[in-house]
Amino acid sequence: MSEFLRSFLTVAWFGLAAVLVAGLLLWVASVVRPVRPSGEKLLTYESGVDPVGEGWSQSHVRYYIFALLFVVFDVEAVFIFPWATRLEVYGLFGLVEMGVFVFVLLLGLVYAWRKRVLRWV
Amino acid sequence: MSALAIEIPYWGQSLLRVLGGLVAVLLPAGTIVYVFLFKMMSFMQSRLGPMEAGPYGSLQLVAEVGKWLQKEDIVPTNADRRIFRMAPIVVLVSTFLLVAVVPFGPDAWFTDFETGIFYALAVSSVSVLGILMAGWASANKYSLLGGLRAAGQLIAYELPMVLAVVGVVIQAGTMNLQQIVVAQNSGSIFGFDGLGNPYVLTQFVGFLVFMVAMQAELSQAPFDMPIAESELVSGYMTEYSGFRFLIFFIGEFATAGVFAMIASTLFLGGWGLPFAWFGWDSVDSVANWMNVAGPVIVVTKMMAVTFLVMWVRFSSPRLREDQLQRFAWKVLIPLSLANIMVTAVFKVVA
Repeated sequence: MSEFLRSFLTVAWFGLAAVLVAGLLLWVASVVRPVRPSGEKLLTYESGVDPVGEGWSQSHVRYYIFALLFVVFDVEAVFIFPWATRLEVYGLFGLVEMGVFVFVLLLGLVYAWRKRVLRWV
Repeated sequence: MSALAIEIPYWGQSLLRVLGGLVAVLLPAGTIVYVFLFKMMSFMQSRLGPMEAGPYGSLQLVAEVGKWLQKEDIVPTNADRRIFRMAPIVVLVSTFLLVAVVPFGPDAWFTDFETGIFYALAVSSVSVLGILMAGWASANKYSLLGGLRAAGQLIAYELPMVLAVVGVVIQAGTMNLQQIVVAQNSGSIFGFDGLGNPYVLTQFVGFLVFMVAMQAELSQAPFDMPIAESELVSGYMTEYSGFRFLIFFIGEFATAGVFAMIASTLFLGGWGLPFAWFGWDSVDSVANWMNVAGPVIVVTKMMAVTFLVMWVRFSSPRLREDQLQRFAWKVLIPLSLANIMVTAVFKVVA
């Protein structure tokens, strides 16, 4: 197996180790801890008052517009990283190209700003 | 593993790495909680903190774990049981995946990805999945709001963090964390190589943006709206008790430690000492004892960075949710984009 794939295998071992550690902790706890469930104890916590309605209440996902903007800029980041590693090779050409790219994206941000979507409504 | 005199088979290496990863996650978490959360916070608030368990309360953590061990594992009747139980584990997995990229010495690394820092930025967002799962599955209004706030915060501060890292990548010309460390320690400032070239000097703006974004990603005050205890009663953790809560707790502080390690790798020179001191010129010529000294250096720098995080945490009030988004989009993102362009100009012209 190549060194590259082995690195990913190590990542898999790390994930597995995390699950095992959590499992071990919870297993030890389950052996020691008391179990005395009662109706009141299992009620949803609402600061000591009986819960009103259900917990999955409708709420406004306020950062919806921000999430859309985030996708735009995150894709930008994907383009910037390879450019950043090879900047020495690209030289002035790369610099100007990326300058234009970042400028266009900044225009997008300024547009969103002017349209007042960068507010927490 | 070439510099070691003995050849370790692959399964042995993997086992060593996983054990090392366990230490790298749990040791910083415990140390941070005791030194900063118990002691430093108490001293800053003119009190002594835990003093009873062991000398200077040093065994307080053991006592705490003992306490948590006796707590009942409560899953509310209304909750989505399976997802409720899985959520803390997802958070812990994210921490373990994150620590896998941190290099601790010339040969003491877990993974050697060409795109190491990119991987780190990617897996760091897995934890918010766990938090959203917890917030949703609890079927509790506080938890739901806390989970949604956490996701909104991650969306806002992931970008400044990513863009702050680009400055470092431009300077080093690589995304491999090991090579970033080597580039810093073998570098020189105006021909003076006695300090290497830790990027905190040249990328000061990037470091600042990274630290602010880190504070927000770790949801430490002043960015702790997702867990705001006075309004949301700990947000997504409201319904958790016992060891499930403990896993969230470990995850929070272990992630703080790992992020601090990544920050010190990117900006403070990581495991290295300035190579000029010993006449090293590349990663292969680094002496073998650095594999032992490296982890100590990384942990020292991690404690220094975490100290900054905790200092801000203990001394600042909570921001409002709208201020948080405004600060990210109108200040940090333009600032880090400007930082990228200035760095690029210096790289090409100089």
